Amino acid sequence: MIGLVIVSHSRKLAEGLCELTNQLSQGKVKILPAGGMEDGSLGTDATRIMDAIQEADSGDGVLIIADLGSAILSSDMAIEMLDENKKSKIVIADAPFVEGGVAAAVEASLGSDLNKVKEAAEGAKELKKIFK
Amino acid sequence: MTINSAIVIDIIKSIAKTLAENKEYLTELDSAIGDADHGINMDRGFNTVLTKLPSLEGKDIGTILKTVGMTLVSTVGGASGPLYGTAFMRAGQAVAGKNEIDEKDILTIFEAALQGIKERGKAVAGEKTMIDALEPALKSYRDAVDNNIGLAEALNRAVDAAKEGMEYTKNIIATKGRASYLGERSIGHQDPGATSSYLLLQAAARVVNSL
Repeated sequence: MIGLVIVSHSRKLAEGLCELTNQLSQGKVKILPAGGMEDGSLGTDATRIMDAIQEADSGDGVLIIADLGSAILSSDMAIEMLDENKKSKIVIADAPFVEGGVAAAVEASLGSDLNKVKEAAEGAKELKKIFK
Repeated sequence: MTINSAIVIDIIKSIAKTLAENKEYLTELDSAIGDADHGINMDRGFNTVLTKLPSLEGKDIGTILKTVGMTLVSTVGGASGPLYGTAFMRAGQAVAGKNEIDEKDILTIFEAALQGIKERGKAVAGEKTMIDALEPALKSYRDAVDNNIGLAEALNRAVDAAKEGMEYTKNIIATKGRASYLGERSIGHQDPGATSSYLLLQAAARVVNSL
């Protein structure tokens, strides 16, 4: 099963999205937060992200849901620091943080492969929230 | 002139001192167009680097630079963490195992570092970033090395070019990072990343000039 890593500048934001996505995927998916710095301040830390990726990976791959800016740069860097044979199965979704995270968690809970989970997350960009 | 591991450590100390002295200044620049944390972030990163230096004494220059890079990656916090982190790590790879480097090795370091920043940030010159200080600095340094004018003078020319590049960032629109949300309103403000890059080079040149 595909694992998820939630990367945010804020520890609380990452943990909050984990809480939400865990409930929506009924606890079936490994979802790890990598938010903020080690000391709790705002920021992103490539080594913490790398640790979360390794914990979330059951061998099938990991999708990263990141907020913005340095969250993307640090995630890129975390992937680069992994073993060569693992790198190809770790990707970052170009997706909205909350909606993309939820869509990815639900898709992953159905046992879909990495491509499908990524597509689900990125498809959340088109999601309509209000119907009139 | 050659630079050994001990001098490299002195250069890192000089960079940390310069960044500490300019912490408020960098944060002030960043509060105009960014998220007001660049000075704090860089100072936090290099302060942690300082705590690692005693364990790096006697190590080769590649190891020293790589350790600095790894430390910045996990302590800076903002985009400059992965950017400067990548720069130092690539620089370390470029001189792996060496205990002494000359001006040609420093050219290799400089090229690898800038290439790393460009790849990590998917950025080029003219986007109001640290590249606008570093790219002209590299060009001046390379020209100086090609003309055999000596390491200290080559570095001084690089610092002058970085200063000019840093000042030029006032005139352009940001298209990368938080400042890009401001669009044309970013004009008139000097880029904090270009400024810290200039300060870094200046701190390095100061040590070499004192040798």
